[in-house]
Amino acid sequence: MMLIPCPNCGPRHAGEFAYVGETGARPDPATTTATEWRNYLYLRHNRADWTVERWYHRMGCRRYFLVERNTVTHEIRPPS
Amino acid sequence: MRERRSRYSGLALLRHGITGRPWQPAWRSHDLRPSYEVVIIGGGVHGLATAYYLARNHGITNVAVLDKGYLGGGGSGRNTAILRSNYLTPEGVAFYDRSLELYAGLAADLNFNVMFSRRGHLTLAHSDASLRTMRWRAEVNKASGVDSDVIDAHEVKRLVPRIDVTDEARYPILGALHHPPGGIVRHDAVVWGYARAADRLGVHLHQDTEVTGIDVAHGRVTGVRTTRGDIAAPVVLNATAGWSTLVADLAGVRLPVQTFPLQAAVTEPVQPFLSTVVVSGSLHVYVSQTARGELVFGASVDPFASYSTRGSLEFTEGLADHVLQLMPSLARLRLLRQWAGLCDMTPDFAPIMGHTEVEGFLVDVGWGTYGFKAGPVAGEAMADCIAHGRPPELIAPFGLERFARGRLLGEKGAAAVGH
Ligand SMILES: Cc1cc2nc3c(=O)[nH]c(=O)nc-3n(C[C@H](O)[C@H](O)[C@H](O)COP(=O)(O)OP(=O)(O)OC[C@H]3O[C@@H](n4cnc5c(N)ncnc54)[C@H](O)[C@@H]3O)c2cc1C
Ligand SMILES: [Zn+2]
Repeated sequence: MMLIPCPNCGPRHAGEFAYVGETGARPDPATTTATEWRNYLYLRHNRADWTVERWYHRMGCRRYFLVERNTVTHEIRPPS
Repeated sequence: MRERRSRYSGLALLRHGITGRPWQPAWRSHDLRPSYEVVIIGGGVHGLATAYYLARNHGITNVAVLDKGYLGGGGSGRNTAILRSNYLTPEGVAFYDRSLELYAGLAADLNFNVMFSRRGHLTLAHSDASLRTMRWRAEVNKASGVDSDVIDAHEVKRLVPRIDVTDEARYPILGALHHPPGGIVRHDAVVWGYARAADRLGVHLHQDTEVTGIDVAHGRVTGVRTTRGDIAAPVVLNATAGWSTLVADLAGVRLPVQTFPLQAAVTEPVQPFLSTVVVSGSLHVYVSQTARGELVFGASVDPFASYSTRGSLEFTEGLADHVLQLMPSLARLRLLRQWAGLCDMTPDFAPIMGHTEVEGFLVDVGWGTYGFKAGPVAGEAMADCIAHGRPPELIAPFGLERFARGRLLGEKGAAAVGH
Protein backbone atom coordinates (compact mmCIF):
# COMPACT_ATOMS: atom_id res chain seq x y z
CA MET A 1 0.00 0.00 0.00
CA MET A 2 1.23 3.47 -0.80
CA LEU A 3 0.45 6.58 1.24
CA ILE A 4 0.36 9.89 -0.62
CA PRO A 5 0.99 12.98 1.50
CA CYS A 6 -1.70 15.47 0.55
CA PRO A 7 -0.53 18.91 1.75
CA ASN A 8 -4.09 19.64 2.83
CA CYS A 9 -5.34 16.33 4.27
CA GLY A 10 -2.16 14.56 5.27
CA PRO A 11 -1.12 11.04 4.24
CA ARG A 12 -3.95 9.06 2.62
CA HIS A 13 -4.27 5.80 0.76
CA ALA A 14 -3.11 6.10 -2.88
CA GLY A 15 -6.52 4.87 -4.08
CA GLU A 16 -8.03 8.24 -3.12
CA PHE A 17 -5.81 10.02 -5.62
CA ALA A 18 -5.43 10.26 -9.36
CA TYR A 19 -1.92 10.11 -10.75
CA VAL A 20 -1.42 12.98 -13.17
CA GLY A 21 2.18 12.32 -14.07
CA GLU A 22 5.56 13.86 -14.74
CA THR A 23 5.72 17.60 -14.67
CA GLY A 24 7.58 19.92 -16.95
CA ALA A 25 7.42 23.55 -17.91
CA ARG A 26 4.55 24.16 -20.34
CA PRO A 27 5.86 26.05 -23.35
CA ASP A 28 4.26 29.39 -24.07
CA PRO A 29 1.69 28.69 -26.81
CA ALA A 30 2.34 32.12 -28.32
CA THR A 31 6.02 31.51 -28.98
CA THR A 32 6.50 27.74 -29.03
CA THR A 33 7.39 25.77 -32.16
CA ALA A 34 5.33 22.74 -33.21
CA THR A 35 8.23 20.47 -32.29
CA GLU A 36 8.61 21.93 -28.81
CA TRP A 37 4.89 21.59 -28.25
CA ARG A 38 4.81 17.95 -29.35
CA ASN A 39 7.85 17.12 -27.26
CA TYR A 40 6.02 18.63 -24.29
CA LEU A 41 2.89 16.62 -25.08
CA TYR A 42 4.44 13.24 -25.77
CA LEU A 43 8.00 12.79 -24.50
CA ARG A 44 8.51 11.48 -20.98
CA HIS A 45 11.67 10.97 -18.93
CA ASN A 46 10.23 7.78 -17.46
CA ARG A 47 13.10 7.47 -14.99
CA ALA A 48 13.69 4.39 -12.88
CA ASP A 49 14.61 6.63 -9.97
CA TRP A 50 13.29 9.65 -8.06
CA THR A 51 10.76 11.62 -10.14
CA VAL A 52 8.76 14.74 -9.42
CA GLU A 53 5.15 14.17 -10.37
CA ARG A 54 1.70 15.63 -9.95
CA TRP A 55 -1.14 13.94 -8.07
CA TYR A 56 -4.76 14.96 -7.62
CA HIS A 57 -6.75 14.31 -4.44
CA ARG A 58 -9.77 13.02 -6.33
CA MET A 59 -11.74 11.62 -3.38
CA GLY A 60 -10.66 14.29 -0.91
CA CYS A 61 -9.93 17.99 -1.06
CA ARG A 62 -9.47 17.96 -4.86
CA ARG A 63 -6.15 19.67 -4.74
CA TYR A 64 -3.37 19.18 -7.28
CA PHE A 65 0.11 19.00 -5.74
CA LEU A 66 3.63 17.71 -6.33
CA VAL A 67 5.33 14.73 -4.72
CA GLU A 68 8.71 13.18 -5.29
CA ARG A 69 8.43 9.42 -5.68
CA ASN A 70 10.94 6.70 -6.40
CA THR A 71 9.49 4.74 -9.31
CA VAL A 72 11.39 1.58 -8.33
CA THR A 73 10.84 1.42 -4.56
CA HIS A 74 7.71 3.63 -4.29
CA GLU A 75 9.29 5.64 -1.48
CA ILE A 76 7.89 9.17 -1.28
CA ARG A 77 9.43 12.40 -0.05
CA PRO A 78 8.39 16.04 -0.25
CA PRO A 79 9.76 17.61 -3.44
CA SER A 80 13.08 19.31 -2.82
CA MET B 1 33.30 -31.04 -32.15
CA ARG B 2 30.03 -30.08 -33.79
CA GLU B 3 27.08 -30.93 -31.64
CA ARG B 4 24.23 -32.76 -33.32
CA ARG B 5 20.99 -30.88 -32.65
CA SER B 6 18.03 -33.17 -32.93
CA ARG B 7 14.49 -32.24 -33.95
CA TYR B 8 11.54 -32.75 -31.66
CA SER B 9 9.32 -35.52 -32.99
CA GLY B 10 7.25 -38.50 -31.89
CA LEU B 11 10.16 -40.73 -32.78
CA ALA B 12 12.61 -38.66 -30.73
CA LEU B 13 10.19 -38.83 -27.78
CA LEU B 14 10.03 -42.61 -28.08
CA ARG B 15 13.81 -42.91 -28.42
CA HIS B 16 14.47 -40.74 -25.37
CA GLY B 17 11.79 -42.62 -23.47
CA ILE B 18 13.36 -45.98 -24.17
CA THR B 19 17.03 -45.06 -23.85
CA GLY B 20 16.59 -42.60 -20.98
CA ARG B 21 19.12 -40.38 -22.74
CA PRO B 22 18.88 -36.77 -21.52
CA TRP B 23 17.55 -34.13 -23.91
CA GLN B 24 20.03 -31.59 -25.19
CA PRO B 25 19.65 -28.05 -23.90
CA ALA B 26 17.32 -26.09 -26.19
CA TRP B 27 19.99 -23.44 -26.84
CA ARG B 28 23.71 -23.02 -26.16
CA SER B 29 25.81 -20.53 -24.19
CA HIS B 30 28.71 -18.70 -25.83
CA ASP B 31 31.52 -16.31 -25.02
CA LEU B 32 30.80 -12.78 -26.21
CA ARG B 33 32.26 -12.07 -29.63
CA PRO B 34 34.04 -8.70 -29.85
CA SER B 35 31.72 -7.76 -32.69
CA TYR B 36 28.42 -8.79 -34.28
CA GLU B 37 26.64 -7.66 -37.40
CA VAL B 38 23.48 -7.04 -35.37
CA VAL B 39 23.03 -6.69 -31.61
CA ILE B 40 19.51 -7.06 -30.25
CA ILE B 41 18.91 -5.81 -26.71
CA GLY B 42 16.10 -7.72 -24.99
CA GLY B 43 15.47 -11.46 -25.00
CA GLY B 44 11.69 -11.36 -25.09
CA VAL B 45 9.49 -12.57 -27.92
CA HIS B 46 10.29 -9.44 -29.96
CA GLY B 47 14.07 -9.65 -29.75
CA LEU B 48 14.13 -13.40 -30.31
CA ALA B 49 11.66 -13.35 -33.21
CA THR B 50 13.69 -10.60 -34.90
CA ALA B 51 16.87 -12.67 -34.50
CA TYR B 52 15.16 -15.77 -35.88
CA TYR B 53 13.73 -14.03 -38.97
CA LEU B 54 17.03 -12.21 -39.60
CA ALA B 55 18.73 -15.59 -39.79
CA ARG B 56 15.98 -17.50 -41.58
CA ASN B 57 14.59 -14.94 -44.02
CA HIS B 58 17.73 -12.92 -44.73
CA GLY B 59 20.66 -15.21 -43.94
CA ILE B 60 22.02 -12.74 -41.36
CA THR B 61 23.29 -15.05 -38.61
CA ASN B 62 26.10 -13.04 -37.01
CA VAL B 63 23.58 -11.79 -34.49
CA ALA B 64 23.58 -11.54 -30.68
CA VAL B 65 20.52 -11.26 -28.44
CA LEU B 66 21.43 -9.80 -25.04
CA ASP B 67 19.28 -10.02 -21.95
CA LYS B 68 20.06 -8.64 -18.50
CA GLY B 69 18.15 -11.52 -16.92
CA TYR B 70 16.82 -14.67 -18.52
CA LEU B 71 15.03 -15.21 -21.83
CA GLY B 72 11.33 -14.49 -21.38
CA GLY B 73 11.91 -12.89 -17.96
CA GLY B 74 10.18 -9.67 -19.05
CA GLY B 75 6.63 -9.26 -20.28
CA SER B 76 7.02 -12.21 -22.62
CA GLY B 77 6.94 -14.70 -19.75
CA ARG B 78 4.34 -12.80 -17.71
CA ASN B 79 1.53 -12.05 -20.11
CA THR B 80 -1.88 -13.67 -20.40
CA ALA B 81 -1.10 -14.91 -23.91
CA ILE B 82 -4.20 -13.63 -25.69
CA LEU B 83 -4.03 -13.33 -29.47
CA ARG B 84 -6.45 -11.38 -31.66
CA SER B 85 -6.50 -8.98 -34.60
CA ASN B 86 -9.78 -7.07 -34.11
CA TYR B 87 -8.13 -3.66 -33.76
CA LEU B 88 -9.67 -0.30 -34.66
CA THR B 89 -7.42 1.28 -37.27
CA PRO B 90 -6.85 -0.37 -40.69
CA GLU B 91 -3.08 -0.18 -40.01
CA GLY B 92 -3.50 -2.05 -36.73
CA VAL B 93 -5.82 -4.68 -38.18
CA ALA B 94 -3.52 -5.50 -41.12
CA PHE B 95 -0.52 -5.74 -38.82
CA TYR B 96 -2.02 -7.96 -36.10
CA ASP B 97 -3.73 -10.14 -38.68
CA ARG B 98 -0.37 -11.00 -40.24
CA SER B 99 0.83 -11.94 -36.74
CA LEU B 100 -2.09 -14.35 -36.26
CA GLU B 101 -1.25 -15.91 -39.61
CA LEU B 102 2.34 -16.46 -38.46
CA TYR B 103 1.14 -17.82 -35.10
CA ALA B 104 -1.05 -20.35 -36.90
CA GLY B 105 2.02 -21.85 -38.59
CA LEU B 106 4.47 -21.28 -35.77
CA ALA B 107 4.57 -24.74 -34.18
CA ALA B 108 5.48 -26.33 -37.51
CA ASP B 109 7.84 -23.52 -38.41
CA LEU B 110 9.81 -23.65 -35.14
CA ASN B 111 9.44 -27.39 -34.48
CA PHE B 112 8.08 -26.47 -31.06
CA ASN B 113 4.55 -27.00 -29.76
CA VAL B 114 3.36 -23.48 -28.94
CA MET B 115 -0.18 -24.68 -28.14
CA PHE B 116 -1.99 -22.05 -30.19
CA SER B 117 -5.68 -22.53 -29.47
CA ARG B 118 -7.98 -20.56 -31.78
CA ARG B 119 -11.02 -20.52 -29.52
CA GLY B 120 -12.61 -17.18 -30.27
CA HIS B 121 -12.55 -13.86 -28.43
CA LEU B 122 -15.49 -11.92 -26.96
CA THR B 123 -15.40 -8.26 -25.92
CA LEU B 124 -18.53 -7.50 -23.92
CA ALA B 125 -20.55 -4.34 -24.39
CA HIS B 126 -22.24 -2.90 -21.28
CA SER B 127 -23.37 0.35 -22.85
CA ASP B 128 -24.75 1.71 -26.14
CA ALA B 129 -21.53 3.66 -26.57
CA SER B 130 -19.40 0.53 -26.49
CA LEU B 131 -21.82 -1.29 -28.81
CA ARG B 132 -21.34 1.55 -31.28
CA THR B 133 -17.54 1.33 -31.10
CA MET B 134 -17.80 -2.43 -31.56
CA ARG B 135 -19.87 -2.05 -34.72
CA TRP B 136 -17.24 0.35 -35.96
CA ARG B 137 -14.48 -2.13 -35.12
CA ALA B 138 -16.38 -5.01 -36.74
CA GLU B 139 -16.78 -3.01 -39.96
CA VAL B 140 -13.09 -1.98 -40.06
CA ASN B 141 -12.16 -5.62 -39.42
CA LYS B 142 -14.44 -6.98 -42.13
CA ALA B 143 -13.16 -4.44 -44.64
CA SER B 144 -9.70 -5.93 -44.03
CA GLY B 145 -10.98 -9.49 -44.37
CA VAL B 146 -10.84 -10.19 -40.63
CA ASP B 147 -13.68 -12.23 -39.10
CA SER B 148 -15.41 -10.07 -36.47
CA ASP B 149 -19.07 -9.45 -35.66
CA VAL B 150 -21.39 -7.89 -33.07
CA ILE B 151 -23.60 -10.45 -31.33
CA ASP B 152 -26.47 -10.04 -28.84
CA ALA B 153 -26.68 -11.10 -25.19
CA HIS B 154 -28.42 -14.41 -25.96
CA GLU B 155 -25.64 -15.40 -28.27
CA VAL B 156 -23.11 -14.42 -25.57
CA LYS B 157 -24.93 -16.69 -23.10
CA ARG B 158 -24.85 -19.52 -25.64
CA LEU B 159 -21.06 -19.16 -26.03
CA VAL B 160 -20.39 -18.66 -22.30
CA PRO B 161 -23.09 -20.47 -20.29
CA ARG B 162 -21.69 -19.32 -16.91
CA ILE B 163 -22.04 -15.65 -17.68
CA ASP B 164 -24.72 -13.48 -16.06
CA VAL B 165 -26.70 -11.75 -18.82
CA THR B 166 -29.65 -10.74 -16.65
CA ASP B 167 -30.69 -7.12 -16.20
CA GLU B 168 -29.89 -7.34 -12.48
CA ALA B 169 -26.14 -7.10 -13.10
CA ARG B 170 -24.46 -3.85 -12.11
CA TYR B 171 -23.30 -3.54 -15.74
CA PRO B 172 -25.80 -5.56 -17.81
CA ILE B 173 -24.40 -7.23 -20.91
CA LEU B 174 -25.97 -5.77 -24.06
CA GLY B 175 -23.94 -7.72 -26.58
CA ALA B 176 -20.37 -8.37 -27.60
CA LEU B 177 -17.82 -8.13 -30.34
CA HIS B 178 -17.18 -11.72 -31.38
CA HIS B 179 -13.87 -12.47 -33.06
CA PRO B 180 -13.57 -16.20 -33.88
CA PRO B 181 -9.89 -16.14 -35.03
CA GLY B 182 -8.66 -14.94 -31.60
CA GLY B 183 -7.38 -17.31 -28.94
CA ILE B 184 -4.54 -18.16 -26.60
CA VAL B 185 -1.05 -19.59 -26.92
CA ARG B 186 1.58 -20.91 -24.51
CA HIS B 187 3.79 -17.86 -24.07
CA ASP B 188 6.86 -19.64 -22.65
CA ALA B 189 6.79 -22.09 -25.54
CA VAL B 190 6.78 -19.24 -28.04
CA VAL B 191 9.85 -17.69 -26.37
CA TRP B 192 11.69 -20.99 -26.09
CA GLY B 193 10.69 -22.02 -29.62
CA TYR B 194 12.12 -18.84 -31.13
CA ALA B 195 15.24 -19.12 -28.96
CA ARG B 196 15.88 -22.71 -29.96
CA ALA B 197 15.24 -22.07 -33.63
CA ALA B 198 17.47 -18.96 -33.66
CA ASP B 199 20.21 -20.90 -31.86
CA ARG B 200 20.08 -23.63 -34.50
CA LEU B 201 20.61 -21.01 -37.21
CA GLY B 202 23.72 -19.69 -35.46
CA VAL B 203 22.43 -16.73 -33.45
CA HIS B 204 24.16 -16.18 -30.08
CA LEU B 205 21.83 -15.84 -27.11
CA HIS B 206 23.48 -14.17 -24.12
CA GLN B 207 21.56 -14.21 -20.84
CA ASP B 208 22.78 -12.34 -17.72
CA THR B 209 24.26 -9.72 -20.03
CA GLU B 210 23.08 -6.21 -19.27
CA VAL B 211 23.66 -3.35 -21.67
CA THR B 212 25.10 -0.46 -19.66
CA GLY B 213 26.17 1.85 -22.47
CA ILE B 214 25.63 2.48 -26.16
CA ASP B 215 28.43 4.03 -28.20
CA VAL B 216 27.50 6.62 -30.79
CA ALA B 217 30.03 8.42 -33.02
CA HIS B 218 29.07 11.10 -35.56
CA GLY B 219 25.38 10.30 -35.20
CA ARG B 220 25.93 6.55 -35.83
CA VAL B 221 25.82 3.69 -33.41
CA THR B 222 29.12 1.81 -33.13
CA GLY B 223 28.50 -0.71 -30.38
CA VAL B 224 27.31 -1.49 -26.89
CA ARG B 225 28.89 -1.92 -23.48
CA THR B 226 27.71 -4.74 -21.32
CA THR B 227 28.38 -6.21 -17.91
CA ARG B 228 30.36 -8.94 -19.73
CA GLY B 229 32.38 -6.74 -22.05
CA ASP B 230 32.10 -4.43 -25.04
CA ILE B 231 30.69 -5.36 -28.43
CA ALA B 232 31.18 -3.48 -31.68
CA ALA B 233 28.12 -3.46 -33.96
CA PRO B 234 26.81 -1.28 -36.79
CA VAL B 235 23.18 -2.13 -35.98
CA VAL B 236 21.65 -2.18 -32.49
CA LEU B 237 17.96 -2.88 -31.86
CA ASN B 238 16.26 -1.80 -28.66
CA ALA B 239 13.57 -4.40 -27.87
CA THR B 240 13.37 -3.92 -24.13
CA ALA B 241 9.67 -3.06 -23.64
CA GLY B 242 9.20 -1.65 -20.10
CA TRP B 243 12.88 -0.66 -19.89
CA SER B 244 13.04 0.83 -23.39
CA THR B 245 13.36 4.49 -22.37
CA LEU B 246 16.32 3.65 -20.12
CA VAL B 247 18.09 1.86 -22.99
CA ALA B 248 17.20 4.57 -25.52
CA ASP B 249 18.62 7.19 -23.11
CA LEU B 250 21.99 5.39 -23.37
CA ALA B 251 22.01 6.28 -27.08
CA GLY B 252 20.69 9.80 -26.44
CA VAL B 253 17.27 9.06 -27.93
CA ARG B 254 14.08 10.09 -26.15
CA LEU B 255 10.90 8.08 -26.52
CA PRO B 256 7.24 8.93 -25.88
CA VAL B 257 6.94 5.93 -23.58
CA GLN B 258 5.95 5.56 -19.96
CA THR B 259 6.27 2.36 -17.92
CA PHE B 260 3.26 0.98 -16.06
CA PRO B 261 2.97 -2.38 -14.28
CA LEU B 262 0.25 -4.77 -15.38
CA GLN B 263 -0.91 -7.53 -13.07
CA ALA B 264 -2.44 -10.91 -13.74
CA ALA B 265 -3.59 -13.87 -11.67
CA VAL B 266 -4.42 -17.52 -12.10
CA THR B 267 -6.76 -19.88 -10.23
CA GLU B 268 -6.50 -23.52 -9.29
CA PRO B 269 -7.34 -25.79 -12.22
CA VAL B 270 -10.96 -26.85 -12.71
CA GLN B 271 -12.88 -28.78 -15.35
CA PRO B 272 -13.01 -27.06 -18.74
CA PHE B 273 -16.11 -24.85 -18.96
CA LEU B 274 -14.93 -21.69 -20.71
CA SER B 275 -14.15 -22.15 -24.36
CA THR B 276 -13.60 -18.53 -25.44
CA VAL B 277 -11.65 -15.55 -24.20
CA VAL B 278 -13.98 -13.09 -22.42
CA VAL B 279 -13.13 -9.41 -22.01
CA SER B 280 -15.07 -6.63 -20.35
CA GLY B 281 -13.76 -3.14 -20.92
CA SER B 282 -16.19 -1.51 -18.50
CA LEU B 283 -15.28 -3.93 -15.72
CA HIS B 284 -11.57 -3.75 -16.62
CA VAL B 285 -11.21 -7.50 -16.54
CA TYR B 286 -10.66 -10.44 -18.84
CA VAL B 287 -10.53 -14.20 -18.42
CA SER B 288 -9.61 -17.34 -20.32
CA GLN B 289 -9.15 -20.98 -19.36
CA THR B 290 -5.86 -22.73 -20.05
CA ALA B 291 -5.45 -26.26 -21.37
CA ARG B 292 -4.64 -27.26 -17.76
CA GLY B 293 -7.97 -25.88 -16.57
CA GLU B 294 -6.69 -22.82 -14.71
CA LEU B 295 -8.52 -19.54 -15.19
CA VAL B 296 -6.19 -16.73 -16.17
CA PHE B 297 -7.35 -13.22 -15.26
CA GLY B 298 -6.02 -9.86 -16.29
CA ALA B 299 -7.05 -6.26 -15.83
CA SER B 300 -5.94 -2.74 -16.68
CA VAL B 301 -2.50 -1.39 -15.88
CA ASP B 302 -1.77 -0.15 -12.36
CA PRO B 303 -2.93 3.46 -11.90
CA PHE B 304 0.53 5.05 -11.72
CA ALA B 305 3.87 4.75 -13.55
CA SER B 306 6.32 2.35 -11.91
CA TYR B 307 9.19 -0.09 -12.49
CA SER B 308 8.11 -2.37 -9.65
CA THR B 309 6.79 -5.83 -10.43
CA ARG B 310 5.15 -6.37 -7.03
CA GLY B 311 1.54 -7.44 -6.92
CA SER B 312 -0.98 -5.47 -4.87
CA LEU B 313 -4.00 -6.36 -2.76
CA GLU B 314 -5.99 -3.60 -4.49
CA PHE B 315 -5.59 -5.54 -7.71
CA THR B 316 -6.83 -8.87 -6.36
CA GLU B 317 -9.77 -7.28 -4.58
CA GLY B 318 -10.84 -5.32 -7.63
CA LEU B 319 -10.32 -8.34 -9.85
CA ALA B 320 -12.40 -10.68 -7.70
CA ASP B 321 -15.17 -8.11 -7.50
CA HIS B 322 -15.29 -7.64 -11.28
CA VAL B 323 -14.98 -11.31 -12.17
CA LEU B 324 -17.86 -12.21 -9.85
CA GLN B 325 -20.05 -9.58 -11.44
CA LEU B 326 -19.59 -11.42 -14.73
CA MET B 327 -19.59 -15.01 -13.47
CA PRO B 328 -21.04 -15.29 -9.95
CA SER B 329 -20.59 -19.06 -9.95
CA LEU B 330 -16.79 -18.68 -9.65
CA ALA B 331 -17.08 -17.38 -6.07
CA ARG B 332 -15.47 -20.42 -4.46
CA LEU B 333 -12.49 -20.73 -6.78
CA ARG B 334 -9.12 -20.08 -5.19
CA LEU B 335 -6.40 -17.91 -6.69
CA LEU B 336 -3.07 -19.71 -6.92
CA ARG B 337 -0.74 -16.97 -8.09
CA GLN B 338 -0.59 -13.27 -8.84
CA TRP B 339 2.22 -11.40 -10.57
CA ALA B 340 3.10 -8.24 -12.48
CA GLY B 341 5.07 -7.29 -15.57
CA LEU B 342 6.14 -3.94 -17.01
CA CYS B 343 4.38 -2.36 -19.96
CA ASP B 344 5.78 0.37 -22.22
CA MET B 345 2.78 2.60 -22.89
CA THR B 346 2.68 5.11 -25.77
CA PRO B 347 0.27 8.06 -26.07
CA ASP B 348 -1.68 6.45 -28.96
CA PHE B 349 -1.67 2.81 -27.75
CA ALA B 350 0.27 1.78 -30.86
CA PRO B 351 3.87 0.54 -31.01
CA ILE B 352 6.98 2.38 -32.22
CA MET B 353 9.00 0.49 -34.80
CA GLY B 354 11.89 1.42 -37.06
CA HIS B 355 14.74 3.92 -37.20
CA THR B 356 15.65 6.68 -34.78
CA GLU B 357 17.69 9.84 -35.28
CA VAL B 358 20.83 7.82 -34.37
CA GLU B 359 21.77 5.89 -37.49
CA GLY B 360 21.90 2.14 -36.92
CA PHE B 361 19.98 2.40 -33.62
CA LEU B 362 16.51 0.95 -34.15
CA VAL B 363 13.54 0.52 -31.85
CA ASP B 364 10.80 -2.06 -31.52
CA VAL B 365 9.05 -0.72 -28.44
CA GLY B 366 5.78 0.74 -27.12
CA TRP B 367 4.17 -2.69 -26.92
CA GLY B 368 2.21 -1.76 -23.86
CA THR B 369 -0.27 -4.38 -22.75
CA TYR B 370 -0.79 -5.92 -26.20
CA GLY B 371 2.63 -6.81 -27.61
CA PHE B 372 2.81 -10.55 -27.21
CA LYS B 373 0.38 -11.18 -30.04
CA ALA B 374 2.58 -9.01 -32.26
CA GLY B 375 5.84 -10.87 -31.59
CA PRO B 376 5.96 -12.87 -34.84
CA VAL B 377 4.97 -10.04 -37.19
CA ALA B 378 7.16 -7.49 -35.39
CA GLY B 379 10.13 -9.87 -35.63
CA GLU B 380 9.47 -10.49 -39.30
CA ALA B 381 9.08 -6.77 -40.06
CA MET B 382 12.07 -5.63 -37.97
CA ALA B 383 14.29 -8.26 -39.60
CA ASP B 384 13.16 -6.95 -43.00
CA CYS B 385 13.80 -3.38 -41.85
CA ILE B 386 17.34 -4.26 -40.72
CA ALA B 387 18.14 -6.31 -43.83
CA HIS B 388 16.91 -3.67 -46.29
CA GLY B 389 17.67 -0.51 -44.35
CA ARG B 390 14.08 0.78 -44.48
CA PRO B 391 10.82 -0.22 -42.82
CA PRO B 392 8.50 -2.45 -44.88
CA GLU B 393 5.09 -1.03 -45.84
CA LEU B 394 3.30 -2.92 -43.06
CA ILE B 395 5.08 -1.03 -40.27
CA ALA B 396 5.65 2.33 -41.98
CA PRO B 397 2.78 3.96 -39.99
CA PHE B 398 4.42 2.98 -36.67
CA GLY B 399 7.59 5.09 -37.01
CA LEU B 400 8.91 7.22 -34.15
CA GLU B 401 8.65 10.35 -36.32
CA ARG B 402 4.82 10.18 -36.22
CA PHE B 403 4.87 11.97 -32.86
CA ALA B 404 6.95 14.85 -34.17
CA ARG B 405 4.58 15.07 -37.16
CA GLY B 406 1.47 14.82 -35.00
CA ARG B 407 0.16 11.73 -36.87
CA LEU B 408 -0.90 9.58 -33.96
CA LEU B 409 -2.69 6.30 -34.58
CA GLY B 410 -5.46 6.15 -31.98
CA GLU B 411 -5.80 2.49 -31.06
CA LYS B 412 -7.07 3.29 -27.59
CA GLY B 413 -10.59 2.09 -28.33
CA ALA B 414 -9.26 -1.37 -29.13
CA ALA B 415 -6.34 -1.68 -26.74
CA ALA B 416 -7.27 0.09 -23.52
CA VAL B 417 -7.93 -2.94 -21.32
CA GLY B 418 -4.74 -4.91 -20.75
CA HIS B 419 -3.79 -7.34 -23.55
C1 LIG C 1 0.35 -9.26 -17.00
C2 LIG C 1 0.50 -9.01 -18.46
C3 LIG C 1 -0.45 -9.49 -19.36
C4 LIG C 1 -0.31 -9.29 -20.73
N1 LIG C 1 -1.21 -9.86 -21.56
C5 LIG C 1 -1.01 -9.81 -22.90
C6 LIG C 1 -1.87 -10.53 -23.77
O1 LIG C 1 -2.77 -11.23 -23.33
N2 LIG C 1 -1.65 -10.43 -25.11
C7 LIG C 1 -0.64 -9.66 -25.63
O2 LIG C 1 -0.50 -9.58 -26.85
N3 LIG C 1 0.21 -8.97 -24.80
C8 LIG C 1 0.07 -9.04 -23.46
N4 LIG C 1 0.92 -8.37 -22.61
C9 LIG C 1 1.98 -7.53 -23.17
C10 LIG C 1 3.17 -8.37 -23.62
O3 LIG C 1 3.55 -9.24 -22.58
C11 LIG C 1 4.35 -7.49 -24.00
O4 LIG C 1 3.94 -6.45 -24.84
C12 LIG C 1 5.42 -8.29 -24.71
O5 LIG C 1 5.75 -9.45 -23.97
C13 LIG C 1 6.66 -7.46 -24.94
O6 LIG C 1 7.66 -8.31 -25.43
P1 LIG C 1 9.11 -7.79 -25.62
O7 LIG C 1 9.90 -8.89 -26.23
O8 LIG C 1 9.08 -6.50 -26.37
O9 LIG C 1 9.62 -7.39 -24.16
P2 LIG C 1 9.94 -8.28 -22.87
O10 LIG C 1 9.43 -9.65 -22.97
O11 LIG C 1 9.54 -7.46 -21.70
O12 LIG C 1 11.50 -8.38 -22.95
C14 LIG C 1 12.35 -7.29 -22.71
C15 LIG C 1 13.64 -7.84 -22.18
O13 LIG C 1 14.61 -6.79 -22.14
C16 LIG C 1 15.50 -7.09 -21.11
N5 LIG C 1 16.28 -5.89 -20.79
C17 LIG C 1 15.80 -4.75 -20.24
N6 LIG C 1 16.81 -3.85 -20.09
C18 LIG C 1 17.94 -4.46 -20.55
C19 LIG C 1 19.31 -4.05 -20.64
N7 LIG C 1 19.72 -2.84 -20.25
N8 LIG C 1 20.20 -4.94 -21.16
C20 LIG C 1 19.81 -6.17 -21.57
N9 LIG C 1 18.51 -6.60 -21.50
C21 LIG C 1 17.60 -5.75 -20.99
C22 LIG C 1 14.61 -7.60 -19.99
O14 LIG C 1 15.33 -8.41 -19.08
C23 LIG C 1 13.53 -8.37 -20.75
O15 LIG C 1 13.75 -9.77 -20.76
C24 LIG C 1 0.79 -8.54 -21.23
C25 LIG C 1 1.74 -8.03 -20.34
C26 LIG C 1 1.63 -8.27 -18.97
C27 LIG C 1 2.67 -7.74 -18.04
ZN1 LIG D 1 -6.41 16.39 0.15
